Amino acid sequence: MWLASSSIGRKVVMSVTGASLVLFLTFHMLMNLVYVYDVAFPAADGTHYYDKVCEFLGTNWYALLGTAGLGVLVVFHLCYAFWLTVQNRKARGNQRYAVSGKQPVHWAAKNMLVLGIIILCGLFAHLAHFWANMMYAELAGVEGQYAPTAGFDWITFQFSQPLNIAIYVVWFAAIWYHLTHGIWSSMQTLGLNGKQWLDRWICISYVWATIIVLGFAAVVVAALVQGM
Amino acid sequence: MATENILAPELSRIPEGKLADKWTNYKAHQKLVNPANKRKLDIIVVGSGLAGGAAAATLGELGFKVKCFCIQDSPRRAHSIAAQGGINAAKNYQNDGDSVYRLFYDTIKGGDYRAREANVYRLAEVSNNIIDQCVAQGVPFAREYGGTLANRSFGGAQVSRTFYAKGQTGQQLLLGAYSSLNRQIQKGNVTMYARREMQDVVLIKDEKGVERARGIIVRNLVTGELERYSAHCVIIATGGYGNAYFLSTNAMSCNGSAAIQIYHKGAMFANPCYAQIHPTCIPVHGDIQSKLTLMSESLRNDGRIWVPKKLEDAKRLQRGEIKGHQIPEEDRDYYLERRYPAFGNLVPRDVASRAAKERCDKGYGVNSTGLAVFLDFDDAIKRLGKAAVADKYGNLFQMYQKITDDNPYETPMMIYPAIHYTMGGIWVDYELQTSVKGLFCAGEANFSDHGANRLGASALMQGLADGYFVLPYTIQNYLADQIQVPRFSTDLPEFDEAQKGVEAKIAKIMAVQGSRTVDSLHKELGHIMWEHVGMGRTKAGLEEGLKLLAALRETFWKEVYVPGQANSLNVELDKAIRLLDFIEIGELMARDALHREESCGGHFREEHQTEEGEAKRDDEHFMYVGCWKYMGEGKEPELWKEMLNYQEIKVQTRNYKN
Amino acid sequence: MGKESFLNVNLKVWRQRGPKEKGEFKTYRVEHVSTEMSFFEMMDTLNEQLINKHEEPIVFDHDCREGICGTCSLYINGRPHGIDNAITTCQLHMRKFTNECTITVEPWRSAGFPVIRDLMVDRSAFDKIQQAGGYTSINCGAAQDANAILISKVDADEAMDSASCIGCGACVAACKNGSAMLFVSAKVSQFALLPQGRVEAARRAKAMVAKMDELGFGNCTNTRACEMECPKSVKISNIARLNREFIKAKLAD
Repeated sequence: MWLASSSIGRKVVMSVTGASLVLFLTFHMLMNLVYVYDVAFPAADGTHYYDKVCEFLGTNWYALLGTAGLGVLVVFHLCYAFWLTVQNRKARGNQRYAVSGKQPVHWAAKNMLVLGIIILCGLFAHLAHFWANMMYAELAGVEGQYAPTAGFDWITFQFSQPLNIAIYVVWFAAIWYHLTHGIWSSMQTLGLNGKQWLDRWICISYVWATIIVLGFAAVVVAALVQGM
Repeated sequence: MATENILAPELSRIPEGKLADKWTNYKAHQKLVNPANKRKLDIIVVGSGLAGGAAAATLGELGFKVKCFCIQDSPRRAHSIAAQGGINAAKNYQNDGDSVYRLFYDTIKGGDYRAREANVYRLAEVSNNIIDQCVAQGVPFAREYGGTLANRSFGGAQVSRTFYAKGQTGQQLLLGAYSSLNRQIQKGNVTMYARREMQDVVLIKDEKGVERARGIIVRNLVTGELERYSAHCVIIATGGYGNAYFLSTNAMSCNGSAAIQIYHKGAMFANPCYAQIHPTCIPVHGDIQSKLTLMSESLRNDGRIWVPKKLEDAKRLQRGEIKGHQIPEEDRDYYLERRYPAFGNLVPRDVASRAAKERCDKGYGVNSTGLAVFLDFDDAIKRLGKAAVADKYGNLFQMYQKITDDNPYETPMMIYPAIHYTMGGIWVDYELQTSVKGLFCAGEANFSDHGANRLGASALMQGLADGYFVLPYTIQNYLADQIQVPRFSTDLPEFDEAQKGVEAKIAKIMAVQGSRTVDSLHKELGHIMWEHVGMGRTKAGLEEGLKLLAALRETFWKEVYVPGQANSLNVELDKAIRLLDFIEIGELMARDALHREESCGGHFREEHQTEEGEAKRDDEHFMYVGCWKYMGEGKEPELWKEMLNYQEIKVQTRNYKN
Repeated sequence: MGKESFLNVNLKVWRQRGPKEKGEFKTYRVEHVSTEMSFFEMMDTLNEQLINKHEEPIVFDHDCREGICGTCSLYINGRPHGIDNAITTCQLHMRKFTNECTITVEPWRSAGFPVIRDLMVDRSAFDKIQQAGGYTSINCGAAQDANAILISKVDADEAMDSASCIGCGACVAACKNGSAMLFVSAKVSQFALLPQGRVEAARRAKAMVAKMDELGFGNCTNTRACEMECPKSVKISNIARLNREFIKAKLAD
């Protein structure tokens, strides 16, 4: 199978899974903006639109399927990343340069794996903060501090913890760097690039990554406002 | 010369018939080898440039088993790659009156009527096939907006017939040949041996007692081991010997050793004194300089060559007090346009080089050494705009700036003539076979097509013509008689003997253990050659040169120091072996130049010039190819003459004035 | 010409007897180096010094010394071909250095390019990749008239830009992944852009990539280090084209 046996095939897997995850992040961010709306324009009856979204994406079959799909994407993206890295280190040879790295290579491009690992750690924290208390709690029937569908309260609660905010700031930074290289890189790997499009894609990468991270950051800010 | 040695005309093997029909007749009547037999026949090709690479690939395509050797780490690096400007062909795509005959005529005339008519006509004939072949290979020649091929002009022609790929035509053509070669390597028809240098050719007598080339001894440049390879015939395509001058536009590894080896085995060396001095090279900057860089002749399409009119301006330039652009228009001497109104800056290379030397000798040189003239693009930039000039010559300008740190868009380029190409080489007949049976020679290594001077964009043409379209036919004509001959073992005594000879020579070099580096001796050779066998030659100078060369050889055997071991990678040893052969080539050049009491093309004897300083040929006494036959170590070589008969062309004085 | 001045330089040069042997840095000093010299002329000077001291000279690959043959391959102060853009090592001049500077000279380092001796590496893997498909399958003599194929100037120029690759290996040397994608893509692009090459474009892309992988070159992660170091400014848009050609070919299988 060329997706495993050829270098370009392996890169295609990275690219497709990565691009899909970017789309998911975009969707996730848009969904979270509902929380910001709730904070900015509180409903008179005290209900939250965000909770309705959480309910909609609770333990329904499509949400579960989506979650499983996301899991698969992450696993593939991750496994291929390590696989490619091992191969690349081998290809580079055992003897390293004494003086190296004097080209102005984009910092993120050189550190995608490190950034990826940071993102993965952040993901675990994120899952522990939310997914475990929400979707998992609902499935397992665990009783938590708040109801599994009470997304609004969970967010407000989690971001009232200073440590969590610190974790998320680092996480967002890593995501931002990862995406500034990842988005155009995935298009390059799929061959959807050219002399003219290269700069455009790079520009799109920065804009897109920034929008995603700003969107998520807005949630944190909103949670802080809400908590005050 | 006590007696005149004239080569019998039939030795040249020129086919019967009218000039225009000769090649067609040859092909119609030559012997062929059937496909089943081709598989049983081995061919050795030494060299992987345009001639060698193209020949190896094409012979592989035909089904022969080819062994191809190169001294570089890859066949893609042969020095053909450095040709910049273009390749000529008589396509007449520009509708400017070009034809096979005109290309033939220009080449003969450009060669100062010292080339063999039939060979040159064939060259002009196949020139068109070369372009077709290269385009089919995917060579990205420059094109017009309509999608057709573009052309530009080169020296010595009044038509625009030069095809080009930016300033990298040689590279693209070589990569084309290399791609064909790769295809045959993949198919198993060609085996490539890189980083190998030929040390000797092996001759084996056939049942009739005729010696035939049947193999070679090579030195593996990585392991230092000597290796033996056998074949049914051997092609030498190892390029020219310009590095005898130490400083030349040739690559560092270019050498004349293969030519000298086969010369020692009976192949005659023809016209060694014809060396081309290219007019547009970047001037020498100091003693430690290792190589000269050519600026493409195509620059003369739009660049104008000049020196100051006033000697005091030149002196100020030399002292660095003023810059070229500060000299007003009326004080500039566009000496080529002045002397040669019809061709102007596009006169042939020998003429342009001598004119530059003449001005500099008179003190008009424009840099600190006084050995440079201006090549100015001011007019072209004004006329066409900077963008158009950059589009045409951008990469050349960039290359110039990298080397000199001067911006040619702002200050005029400085150029000076330098050794570039050697028209002389191993004597071959019409079939490109040397005076040794089964030993062929192609490309710059042979003497055949350029006479006393080569026109720009003709070297690529000749290399590819020999490789793609001549050897694949003529080799078959030779091998058709050999189909019964089984493959040769490399354990034959002839191989032992050849290897022993090489080993002995290497051991002798290693044993000297003197105090001089190879490069220091090579530089000394270069100085002798440039001073005494350079652009302007005299009887006294050449005689002096010969003495100095003999002394240098003695110095070599007393003083050379080669570190390391013989049976290991040893760059100094490689260079020492080559240097020894360069000294011999130098002697051949001087000897040939001394005997040729006339001025023609790249050979200028100061005794033989007109009052205006133009070359004066002596057709009555020297209309022949001077072929030198090796007579043994320490003995003077013997001169044989191949008389040149011009049937189609009226021999005239070369005139680029009107 | 620029103003000539003279420098003293200290060199840290990688010395290694053979592919299997352990290498090490040795330091050398070269004095009175003219700024007009090329880097190789400085190396020549050093080698002359070494030979005169009866030491073995430093072995390095070089040939045309005018930036076109692609033989030279030195990694100088952390960059392939040294501290200038769009040049080969032989086009590097000493005016780029300062007096009393230390210059570290290393061979290309990549599993695909084993060291032969000192600074000389074996790049025959590049030839093998070309042999796998870097050609149009046309026999000599079978070509039609050159102008029978019309090719737009834009395509021809772009093919020329791709074809200008000199096969020096700086792209691999610069790549943290030891990837040969820029090299392979340049050849695939040249042919993919021309009608003569389109005929077997799919086969070529697959064959050349397969050979590249087989020879152990790494996976491209689009760091662009290759195009920053390419002496002929071959661009990564070629890699995008190779990816496109390869994916198309595989999807059509």
